[in-house]
Amino acid sequence: MKAFAQLITVLGTSTKTNDKLDTLVRYFATAPDRDKVWVIALFSGRRPKRLVNAALLKKWCMEETELPEWLFEEAYHTAGDLAETIALLLPPPVVALEEMRTLASLMDEIIAQDQQPEENKRAFVTKHWKEMTQGERFVFNKLLTGNFRIGVSQKTIVNALAKATGVTANLIAHRITGNWDPVTIPFEELMSETATAADNSKPYPFCLSYAVDDVHALGNANDWQAEWKWDGIRGQVIRREGELFVWSRGEELVTEKFPEYTNLLQALPDGIVLDGEIIPSVEGKPLPFALLQTRIGRKNVTKKHLQEVPVTFFAYDILEYEGKDIRDWPLLQRRELLESITQQANHPLLLLSPVVGFSSWDELTTLRESSRDNGAEGLMLKNKNSIYHAGRKTGDWWKWKVDPLTIDGVLIYAQKGHGRRSNLYTDYTFAVRDGDQLVSFAKAYSGLTDKEFAQVDAFIKRNSIEKFGPVRTVKPELVFEIAFEGIAASNRHKSGVALRFPRMHRWRTDKKPEEINTLDDLKKMLEAYGK
Amino acid sequence: MPLIEFTEAGLYCRAGGFYIDPWKPVDRAVITHAHSDHARYGSRWYLCHHLTLPLLRLRLGDIVAESIGWNEPLKIGDVTIRLHPAGHIIGSSQIRIEHKDEVWVFSGDYKTEDDGISGAFEPVKCHTFITESTFGLPLYRWQPQAALYQSIVDWTVATVADGLTPVITGYSLGKAQRILDCLSKTGLPVFVHGAIWNIQQALLSAGLPQPEVKRVQPDLPASTYKGAVIVAPPGADGSTWMRRFSPYRTANCSGWMQVRGNVRRRNADAGFALSDHADWQGLLSAVKATGAEQVYVTHGFQSAFSRYLTELGIAAAEVKTAYGTEEEEEAAATSEGDAA
Ligand SMILES: [Zn+2]
Ligand SMILES: [Zn+2]
Repeated sequence: MKAFAQLITVLGTSTKTNDKLDTLVRYFATAPDRDKVWVIALFSGRRPKRLVNAALLKKWCMEETELPEWLFEEAYHTAGDLAETIALLLPPPVVALEEMRTLASLMDEIIAQDQQPEENKRAFVTKHWKEMTQGERFVFNKLLTGNFRIGVSQKTIVNALAKATGVTANLIAHRITGNWDPVTIPFEELMSETATAADNSKPYPFCLSYAVDDVHALGNANDWQAEWKWDGIRGQVIRREGELFVWSRGEELVTEKFPEYTNLLQALPDGIVLDGEIIPSVEGKPLPFALLQTRIGRKNVTKKHLQEVPVTFFAYDILEYEGKDIRDWPLLQRRELLESITQQANHPLLLLSPVVGFSSWDELTTLRESSRDNGAEGLMLKNKNSIYHAGRKTGDWWKWKVDPLTIDGVLIYAQKGHGRRSNLYTDYTFAVRDGDQLVSFAKAYSGLTDKEFAQVDAFIKRNSIEKFGPVRTVKPELVFEIAFEGIAASNRHKSGVALRFPRMHRWRTDKKPEEINTLDDLKKMLEAYGK
Repeated sequence: MPLIEFTEAGLYCRAGGFYIDPWKPVDRAVITHAHSDHARYGSRWYLCHHLTLPLLRLRLGDIVAESIGWNEPLKIGDVTIRLHPAGHIIGSSQIRIEHKDEVWVFSGDYKTEDDGISGAFEPVKCHTFITESTFGLPLYRWQPQAALYQSIVDWTVATVADGLTPVITGYSLGKAQRILDCLSKTGLPVFVHGAIWNIQQALLSAGLPQPEVKRVQPDLPASTYKGAVIVAPPGADGSTWMRRFSPYRTANCSGWMQVRGNVRRRNADAGFALSDHADWQGLLSAVKATGAEQVYVTHGFQSAFSRYLTELGIAAAEVKTAYGTEEEEEAAATSEGDAA
């Protein structure tokens, strides 16, 4: 556990990708095989089921430390992370026994506790706490609550494994996506070149794009294929050996969330993998993303959902055909095949994401302006000769999004941030004007520089009116331009609208709170873009 | 009439006619230690510990000042004052004020672990104790100095072994001297920022031996720093001043580094929770050791700490002061002056 806890600390604090990579390579070169499997599992989102909830952990910690609840809460607001708060509040271990244990043996123990009654779980957790150093407790708590997330990209993990094992990065990327169980799979099998054939559900790593500002820099417009950039869930539909699987870009198997897709089983030939966008649509016209969100969060998809939010698959690309990996075919050739496949399938759920025809960059620039009217958030540009890369690669694929929608609001509530901003007020609520009232319409916590955050934080500390728990009411004085990607009607929000990806676009130091937008302005935007 | 009143200009002792660590110019100022938030410019007369005096002169220039030693009674007006070691930085002192049968103590900033440089904190019995609370939450529990020093040494040696230059940041007065003390075990050449250099010179001229270091100079070639360790104030982090050490790795030494999020916020590669303030247990033990019936809590987590003391049955109240801005002042000072 010592090595794993150290790995997590370095990955969590190091500011250099190379340092992270080296640390991972060193770890993979020395850790026991079963621990390595678990590290890969945790980093690729295969967390074990949550053993206990946050409330219980907090309760047990308060009992162990004999601290009053208000003081625990105060500490939590300052540290910003429950796992860390508990790790810091507990007294240091008498003997740091856990250092000698392996990560895998701890995982076995955690999984074995699953069906135990609460009292046994409590004994298990507190016993481990007493034998762990602070760093080990931190990761242990994260594992218990099932929200283990560390800021290192899958690409870095893949590269580290490639360096440590000598297996190529592409192969590893493919290997670690898909369906495998860290409890049972041996490390050699996870890394081996021959073992994967058995897993029919395995998707390919998604080919991702970078944002482009100046399309003229991309050279000859004729070399590029343009498509609408849809605002849904990027996914892969896989049909192999008579089974159909749906994967989302988060590398989650989501087949059950979209039961309507089983209809595609008959329409598609076997041994095929399609890349596309999962979007609700009516007669080929996409509906706002917010509608889809109402479905994703549910455990069970009801009949009502299926009728109200009918989901379709807008196909972009084809990656496998007749069981053969065709990712290294040039785009034009894959596109041709994709067009004939969708035509043969002739199924209302499977739509071909259309190519946007253009002959010059200027023409495309004009077309892009109509993205929102088409239900898209911009354009995708793909080099006609490009292969389907694994992950993000500069040069071949670009996204060219339209400018976000914006509205000016005034800051009215603030709350301390979490994680790296846990000592600053960085989570804000903004309001628009409705007559002489202020109506809150969005929360945002990103988009300012560290320096600006420090300035706003200082303002909040000097100008707070009231304190409700962690929230402060702030004198309505600072105006911000809030940018967002979409707008939808919502009866859960006072303003009657819900914004998608709201963030602070600019601090309007030039504007007075009297000059902010009104609730009417928001409603007009809802009319224009949210229906 | 309370022995110390909390006024607009600072902590005021009417019976003695002086202020302690005032934040506005006054006639007579008794100073706990030379940090800029406690020792401010503009008063007509200063009193401090012998070891604080050269630092005070370095920071405030040509001032009228007198100094005394620890535990030496001095009568001012109707009161007797004594200084007692606070263990915070070199010369830092608690101020004990006695008037008739009543004793008040102001802690200034303090830490309870003896760092071998600043003098060992001495608990002082009193009726009323005014304490700081910089790290007044149970999250803050320091590792023993020996263990922290070992981690810093290990990190430094590993960074040099990786072919990178270690740059360690900490307040130039107090923290930097401890970092230098810790680094002397590595045998590696050490270069310091001008702000730290100036403090080393002031301490040397006061007769306090210091580890041998070199000053970072603008005209030195970048190769000079290969294989060496750099010590700089926190404000230097991320500045263009740092470029000459590339490729480097940074570590920040501060009690705030106890929380992972703060290490990331500082954008440092590593953080060591090396503090010159008492941790939660240190604050509690210090308060209890005074036997005080009344406690006033100043800068830090004053509301949490005073509430907790009250729940323990110790009468405690929070007091608003202008202390506790060391970090900001340090950052401002280093970004303006001393390009070297
Ligand atoms: Zn201080
Ligand atoms: Zn202070």
